[in-house]
Amino acid sequence: MPPRIDPKKCNGCEGREESHCEEACPGNLMYVGEDGKSHCRSLRDCWDCMSCTKACPRNAIETRVPYQLGYHLARLTPLMGKNSITWKCVDIHGNEETFKYRNRMDK
Amino acid sequence: MARRAIKELPKALADVETVVVDADLLIIGGGNAGCFSAVEAKTLDPNCKVVIMEKAEIKRSGACSAGMDAINTYIPEGKTPEDLVRWSRSQVGGGPIREDLCLSNAEELNEAVDDLERWGLPILRDENGKIKYRGQWDISVHGEQLKPIMAEKALENSDEVHNRVTATNLLMEDGRCVGALGFGVRDGKFYVFRAKATIVATGGACGLYKSYTADSTSSHHQTWMCPYNVGTGYAMGIRQGAEMTSMEQRWVATRSKDFCGPIDTISVGYKSAVINAKGERVLQKHYAHLGGDKSPRYIRANAPMEEWLAGRGPTYCDTRHLTADKVKELKIDYLNERPSFVLFLAARGQDITKDPIEIYGSDPYIIGGHTQSGFWVDMGRMTTVPGLFAAGETAGGNPNKFVGGCAAEGKLATRGALKYIAENRVELPEIDQTQLKTEIERVFAPLLRGGDYDGVSSVEMEERLQRLMDEYAGGTSQFYRTNEERLDYALRHIKMLRDQVCHLKAGDLHELMLCHDVIDRIDVAEVLCHHLKGRKETRWQGWQTRSDYPDTDPAYDCFVETRKNMETGEIECFTRPYEQIVPGDRKAPSLPDKN
Ligand SMILES: Cc1cc2nc3c(=O)[nH]c(=O)nc-3n(C[C@H](O)[C@H](O)[C@H](O)COP(=O)(O)OP(=O)(O)OC[C@H]3O[C@@H](n4cnc5c(N)ncnc54)[C@H](O)[C@@H]3O)c2cc1C
Repeated sequence: MPPRIDPKKCNGCEGREESHCEEACPGNLMYVGEDGKSHCRSLRDCWDCMSCTKACPRNAIETRVPYQLGYHLARLTPLMGKNSITWKCVDIHGNEETFKYRNRMDK
Repeated sequence: MARRAIKELPKALADVETVVVDADLLIIGGGNAGCFSAVEAKTLDPNCKVVIMEKAEIKRSGACSAGMDAINTYIPEGKTPEDLVRWSRSQVGGGPIREDLCLSNAEELNEAVDDLERWGLPILRDENGKIKYRGQWDISVHGEQLKPIMAEKALENSDEVHNRVTATNLLMEDGRCVGALGFGVRDGKFYVFRAKATIVATGGACGLYKSYTADSTSSHHQTWMCPYNVGTGYAMGIRQGAEMTSMEQRWVATRSKDFCGPIDTISVGYKSAVINAKGERVLQKHYAHLGGDKSPRYIRANAPMEEWLAGRGPTYCDTRHLTADKVKELKIDYLNERPSFVLFLAARGQDITKDPIEIYGSDPYIIGGHTQSGFWVDMGRMTTVPGLFAAGETAGGNPNKFVGGCAAEGKLATRGALKYIAENRVELPEIDQTQLKTEIERVFAPLLRGGDYDGVSSVEMEERLQRLMDEYAGGTSQFYRTNEERLDYALRHIKMLRDQVCHLKAGDLHELMLCHDVIDRIDVAEVLCHHLKGRKETRWQGWQTRSDYPDTDPAYDCFVETRKNMETGEIECFTRPYEQIVPGDRKAPSLPDKN
């Protein structure tokens, strides 16, 4: 069940020729449906690379670990900065961790 | 060029629009090697028309989509390219490898990594500004943005990038490659790329084998390697009679169990030993004679599986010595490369200072930048098909390239291609209409049959192939073992699968792409089985284990090669001799340390 899209937050990147997640997915799995929202056409085919999750400007996508492999309800959310990324992780016991580091050099 | 998916699908071939694109240099696959090829071409000749054809979108495509936490090969001060070749040779048990190719990559790769740093990649340095090494050759990076950084440079240095166009076959003229054909996964158009020289850089082949998590889970693609690299580059060459080398040297790696996460980061970077269920240090206890914790890669990959087989599993990477700071550092490494592994640990509720990380063997991959499967190439990286060059995972004979080596090879292939164009005064070909017609019919057939046709879906065929390869051609469920009879069985069924391609159906363009993915995988799998049959010995346990020939045979200290006979369509197998160029004991990793 990899990407999980929150329909309340997603607007299908209205006005863009392609939504950000549709553009990013290396497996061509994301598309904007008739409802104007993004969807994943085949959850089993997701590589969990999180490219869609990072690309979403509205933080509407969450990556999930398939339940057959891990338990409910862990979370890992990226926040993209200009030259840095911040990750927030919550495990199934509610323990929270934050990681922030530079992912690009200033030029 | 972004493209929104079309709503109206073609109902007949007459509805399919053909687009012709001309280039001096065509690069198929804008991944790591492909991006560097483009930059090199414009650097050497700003007038060279460079066109990239990319199945995905180059900012997040291929192996580097999620990012990287290390550059595995960067030569430190005091060491030489020859030392790197010696190490690389030792990692495959003393060869055979193409030392000529290896050496030329080694001479080039530091410069390619320096390019990445100049373009904005953070390379971790100590207080004195010295690059931090985490192993003998590998350096740590914060590579979450690695692919976008490379892609931006490729975009600046190419004339056209055609995203979401997947290559399906080479364009040929009088036995030489003059471009490629493919279709738009979003726009449904048929693409004809004419080029004076073509570099194939489509990465390796994932999904020939079943991943052990695939059954009835929503994790069919729980693979370590990018599952969207399906081996199309190899398949296109194989179909034109290109010589392939060492396909039997499959890459199998130790990965975290249930979630195929990288383990070198923990075992090398954080010095976490492999232990079995009894808490014994597996490599030191059972493989001391081969170097213990420093054994060649295939030994390290296979050892945990041997423990399971001997009844001593589960196996782990022992992380219980790590301090809280080190755990944080380790998680940042994962966030740079396989971020969902951190999520997996959270989903297991696992504190790795108490519960060590469980490990297992991956499904086998064909991947010429890690092991050495791929096209047989000359020093200019030209394959045996004139006009067709290979770089990165597609090029064979030269293992342990990784990010830096694939980048370096992208440059070397471009130099070879530009030299070929100049020396042969190559012109663009006349378009051969028969070739186009044959390919357009082949490409669109599953779509024209439609999703409701009583046929076979790409998923069904893919799963049949993956099961077959897993059980008969040495997959994870068989602890990588195979024998002559099983391989013959696999080959018989591969032929049956090929005969059934005429039943493939697709309901949309995405499914059409998946149909071609499986067709390409079948062609690569067939060649792979011939290579596994050809090496009648066991040289690299795990990567290549023949239960009917359990020992190494000096007669096979050579390359196993195949080529399709273009008249009979049969795959022919032969050998090529190995040549040692870099002196030294072949099994010793490098010269003894000076102090
Ligand atoms: C998870 C993971 C972690 C790794 N970690 C490290 C590390 O820490 N350090 C290190 O040095 N190396 C690492 N590697 C290895 C390294 O990333 C690869 O060796 C290297 O990036 C491969 O480069 P490439 O250009 O051959 O392939 P890729 O970069 O995968 O490029 C192939 C390109 O071809 C495109 N393509 C495929 N088929 C078609 C088609 N039919 N038509 C058009 N385009 C197509 C793909 O979309 C992709 O863009 C890792 C690899 C993986 C998968």
